[in-house]
Amino acid sequence: MKTVYVDNNATTQVAPEVIDAMLPFLKEMWGNPSSMHTFGGQVAKYIDKAREQVAALIGAERASEIVFTSCGSESDNTAIRSGLLASPQKRHLITTNVEHPAVLNLCKELQKEGYDVTFLAVDGEGRLDLEEFKKSIRDDTAIVSIMWANNETGVIFPIEEIAAECQKRNVLLHVDAVQAVGKISIDLKKTPITYLALSGHKLHAPKGVGALYVRRGTKFHPWLVGGHQEHGRRGGTENVASIVGLGVACELARKNMEDERTRVAAMRDKLEKGILESIPRSFVNGNRKMRLPNTTNISFEAIEGEAILLLMNEFGICASSGSACTSGSLLPSHVLVAMGIPFTRAHGSIRFSLSCYNTDEEITFILEKMPGIVSRLRSLSPVS
Amino acid sequence: MWNYTEKVIDHFLHPRNAGEIEDADGEGEVGSLACGDMLRLTFKLDKNGRIKEAKFKTFGCASAIASSSALTEMIKGMTLEEAEKVTNRDIANYLGGLPEEKMHCSVMGREALETAIKNYRGLASPKRELEGRVVCKCFGVTENDIRRVVRENNLTTIEQVTDYTKAGGGCGQCHEEIQNILDEIVAKKPTPLVSEAPHLTNLQIIHKVEELINTRIRPALQHDGGDLELVDIDHNTVYVTLKGACATCPSSTVTMRQFIEKELRKEISPSMRLEEVKK
Repeated sequence: MKTVYVDNNATTQVAPEVIDAMLPFLKEMWGNPSSMHTFGGQVAKYIDKAREQVAALIGAERASEIVFTSCGSESDNTAIRSGLLASPQKRHLITTNVEHPAVLNLCKELQKEGYDVTFLAVDGEGRLDLEEFKKSIRDDTAIVSIMWANNETGVIFPIEEIAAECQKRNVLLHVDAVQAVGKISIDLKKTPITYLALSGHKLHAPKGVGALYVRRGTKFHPWLVGGHQEHGRRGGTENVASIVGLGVACELARKNMEDERTRVAAMRDKLEKGILESIPRSFVNGNRKMRLPNTTNISFEAIEGEAILLLMNEFGICASSGSACTSGSLLPSHVLVAMGIPFTRAHGSIRFSLSCYNTDEEITFILEKMPGIVSRLRSLSPVS
Repeated sequence: MWNYTEKVIDHFLHPRNAGEIEDADGEGEVGSLACGDMLRLTFKLDKNGRIKEAKFKTFGCASAIASSSALTEMIKGMTLEEAEKVTNRDIANYLGGLPEEKMHCSVMGREALETAIKNYRGLASPKRELEGRVVCKCFGVTENDIRRVVRENNLTTIEQVTDYTKAGGGCGQCHEEIQNILDEIVAKKPTPLVSEAPHLTNLQIIHKVEELINTRIRPALQHDGGDLELVDIDHNTVYVTLKGACATCPSSTVTMRQFIEKELRKEISPSMRLEEVKK
């Protein structure tokens, strides 16, 4: 059976170009970039190249502003902890209640450590209230941590405005851009962000590599303390092959950005429109204008997400759900709950997230199968 | 992804007896859309008072649908007295087991059956009503519900109670109350008398422990890349050091207590204890 993969906000296929670029660093050039001998030392320049490629994708002024990490979560943890250590007398943080667990749970942890955290609310379409945000900044606010785009709904936050306000009020800003990087254009030269987290496996690089942008001149405290790697900003021997892979993936993403904005968005729109038209009582969660081009989150009333996913699985279609049964708890997704989506709808939510590897035929295939899946489960449901 | 048995997947993909009996003798409905699962069970009796037909309609995940389907198959042909004795464990066993986190699906099945039988007897409306003090307000679980499930499934932790009844899975404010209920039930349980176990000499215990560790426990751990070393045996206390994958596995304590100690107690004596020696 063919796999139809529309779960790219969970992880992505490693691009063949990325694999090709990585292999030499697993096979022949496996040296340690910190070594004095040529065999190892020669590897360092490839890491530098990857640093430039990452910097170029997000419009960083200098490659030296990029620190390689092991994942998005590490980047988030590093940024927030570092930001707090930069001004220990400040004990307040601002974030939103729809963040990824990497930020949300860290903030809850910080609350236990005595920090005061403001969790900004979102409206029914997942949008932030900018005025509310501005009012929440205090004299003792150490750092603001807000995601660029939401992983579940794809809703994009107005980071430019948030960054301008943070700059004006002289507050550090960390942006979890794990879902945004590679999907929408980001220019850090124009957007005054202090830290920005990105993850390799969300943009066709392998799992186990991420990066943190740290604006030049920012006081920095490493989170993983160790050797002098990454200019003393992150201990641990570099994951060379994956770093090289991330660099190539960033370059590919830069080239594919237009495709993402046009073709991928068109496929997403076709999928969304097709589902809404063919399946009664289906609803899109989240604002449809300010949204990533690849994501749509759709609720099917009176049926449950895990059951939908498993029937989709029977046809090789891979997606995600915000239902309780798939969230690993008994409550549906915190993002949908924060948006005030009724539990009855949240339990039946499915997230489709596309990539440049999807084809129009695949979208047609999904559209063929979904109505049958939904009506089959609705025929079993006591509420129909 | 959940580790469902083939039988669960089969009953989910090919549900038996889906639907609703129009002129049902008994009808029971539990759960709600908001809670994430809901089941409506209807049955009809034959002239001998046996369940001739049972049907279900379920909103919920794969294991909820499978549990409902299994339930209808199980109770067909039973008298109501027999059906009353069906426990959630029977439903889970029929399916070859359910993941712990999904055991509440089997409890939902048992509750729907109970409600439908009461409804037939004219003792209840088809919609299950809460009886007694509500402990978990998020999911509407009463003290009676918790007590019954704890007893029938030998539960010992809050996490298990949440897995089986959903109680405590929302805001978490009722955790202390659940713990109190658990403590009370555990305290009332008669502790097995050690003298009931066959008396073994120290030498016999040493021989048996060595044999059990070498033939059963180590091969099982090695299968997962782990191992253990027997350090000492002092009467009924066995000292071991975990090695390989076990030594660094954060759940090793759980592995120790649950697996090794269970084996020792089952095979040698209920008074056996296990101690980990860190090296």
